[in-house]
Amino acid sequence: MSPKTLYDKIWDAHVAHEADDGTCLLYIDRHLVHEVTSPQAFEGLRIAGRKVRAPEKTIAVPDHNVPTTAGREDPKNMTEDSAIQVAALDKNAKDFGIHYYPVSDVRQGIVHIVGPEQGWTLPGMTVVCGDSHTATHGAFGALAHGIGTSEVEHVLATQTLIQKKSKNMKVEITGKLRPGVTAKDITLSVIGETGTAGGTGYVIEYCGEAIRDLSMEGRMTVCNMAIEGGARAGLIAPDEKTFEYVKGRPHAPKGAQFEAALAWWKTLFSDDDAYWDKVITIKGEDIAPVVTWGTSPEDVLPITANVPSADDFEGGKVGAAQRSLDYMGLTPGTPLSDIEIDTVFIGSCTNGRIEDLRAAAEILKGKKIKVKRAMVVPGSGLVRAQAEEEGLADIFKEAGFEWRLAGCSMCLAMNPDQLAEDERCASTSNRNFEGRQGYKGRTHLVSPGMAAAAAITGKLTDVRELM
Amino acid sequence: MDKFETLTGIAAPMPLVNIDTDMIIPKQFLKTIKRSGLGANLFDEMRFDRQGNEIPDFVLNQDAYRSAEILVAGDNFGCGSSREHAPWAIKDFGIRCVISTSFADIFYNNCFKNGILPIALPQEAVDVLMKDAEKGANARMTIDLENQTVTTSDGESFSFEVDAFKKHCLLEGLDDIGLTMEKAASIDTFEAQASQARPWV
Ligand code: SF4
Repeated sequence: MSPKTLYDKIWDAHVAHEADDGTCLLYIDRHLVHEVTSPQAFEGLRIAGRKVRAPEKTIAVPDHNVPTTAGREDPKNMTEDSAIQVAALDKNAKDFGIHYYPVSDVRQGIVHIVGPEQGWTLPGMTVVCGDSHTATHGAFGALAHGIGTSEVEHVLATQTLIQKKSKNMKVEITGKLRPGVTAKDITLSVIGETGTAGGTGYVIEYCGEAIRDLSMEGRMTVCNMAIEGGARAGLIAPDEKTFEYVKGRPHAPKGAQFEAALAWWKTLFSDDDAYWDKVITIKGEDIAPVVTWGTSPEDVLPITANVPSADDFEGGKVGAAQRSLDYMGLTPGTPLSDIEIDTVFIGSCTNGRIEDLRAAAEILKGKKIKVKRAMVVPGSGLVRAQAEEEGLADIFKEAGFEWRLAGCSMCLAMNPDQLAEDERCASTSNRNFEGRQGYKGRTHLVSPGMAAAAAITGKLTDVRELM
Repeated sequence: MDKFETLTGIAAPMPLVNIDTDMIIPKQFLKTIKRSGLGANLFDEMRFDRQGNEIPDFVLNQDAYRSAEILVAGDNFGCGSSREHAPWAIKDFGIRCVISTSFADIFYNNCFKNGILPIALPQEAVDVLMKDAEKGANARMTIDLENQTVTTSDGESFSFEVDAFKKHCLLEGLDDIGLTMEKAASIDTFEAQASQARPWV
């Protein structure tokens, strides 16, 4: 048998039909659904008189649009258009018989945090969702990617996706990370290296010692941002940490089924002599705590660097860099650590898990914030409950953070959690696009520890100085 | 779905690289549960100020380009989120074809589901097309999907690549779901086999 990559193996196990030109129907094991990209898909099914083919493999949770403040079970406490989308999801979940976690359920949260937490995401699966950060689930060795609403409708109706195979890219992070450097710094540094289009046409497998050393939470952070690098999906081969994480989760297999599953999961790795279309190697010890200075996730620099000038770039990027600098209100040559911050946001499917909250709380313990506003939005109700149990919530509150209910919140600012014009934010989310966190809001992407450090000093800060 | 065969129209130049889906349609317009009507808010934060007045510098606010049907854009167009509201807004505005050096994967696929043709060409070709687009309303480009060519107002022609299946669906205006449902037997067989091999799924 010819050697295969992990991607090849999962792909081959899910092809339901292949046409002569290589166009495949890829069978989908898990379909995650949220309120913003699904209403038109369900409407399409109704108009065509179609059913959901595999409701037992379809899971819905409202997250993008929901308020993160108390009393949100009452639609009167939502803006009208949010309430309409949430009501539509309530109704669609009921009418089509799919699994559902309403806002009143403690298990509700960001779809990419709920899936793994509930054991819906398992190694070797195909997972899709009408959201680009579906890549997160790749941390389990699941082939997971975002799809548009027409494709959501296609999966609902047929449990398959029309796909052509992508190319294989290996991103190896060798050796150990230095203290203060996290999964977020890895994933941002990779994008800084490849650019936001560097992964276009590829599925990335992250490997190497530094990736192996990460917890499942950290691995999810790395895979989450594969999409920012342009890749269709990110993958990490499952190992003992993965199996340990999965075991005992509500929807994970039990007993003999678990053993059978485990036997297969253990075959899910890239063969030694597998073919890679592209290979990138980064030394773990070369990665520093990083921040973004511009309005593209590729605008990454170590916190010890200075704001660049547009002349530092080439081609179309010159104009884009100038536009970014103007938008961000930054002067070339300014040390990044001199940039003053108004708001700190800790949360999102990139960094809204328990480990992220622990990392931030560690820095914040016994300190007070110097920024105008700081907010923690746990990734799920269960993360929130655990953080309260561990005393993290008290640390955040005593430091001056708002302690919110679970949701996407200021990651995309569809609900009232938004930046004001020109407000500058250190954010643990994944996108620093113009207007992403609020009209004319300015976003610097950072790790949870760096976000906490910025909250205390009021400036972008090298977290290592506070450790 | 609407067919796409040939198109001759005004092309608007947007040389900016990394035009992301948040620029194409900001999130406040994602709260709709419909597909229609989003053209009014295409590129909203670049096109209008906070009071809703047009920003005169923005290309689609210039008289020459108000009825553009083609967009020539910088590298990595459509990066960012999976929101199909982006192609919905583009289509609703009246744009049926976007030309760039590269596209983000999900956006690229979403275009085909909505009767929009995304064309990826090498930098040199996009440079020529960008220049042509800058000539304004008198310069009309022609896109011929069957023959896979883009022709400038001066008659200079470039060939482009497109996946045969996607091309077929666009030319015929075919609905993916209907096509896949014709293969229901293969899906049934796969499902039966998979539930034996991986009963825990
Ligand atoms: S947290 Fe942000 S990136 Fe993640 S699913 Fe929500 S909006 Fe998307």
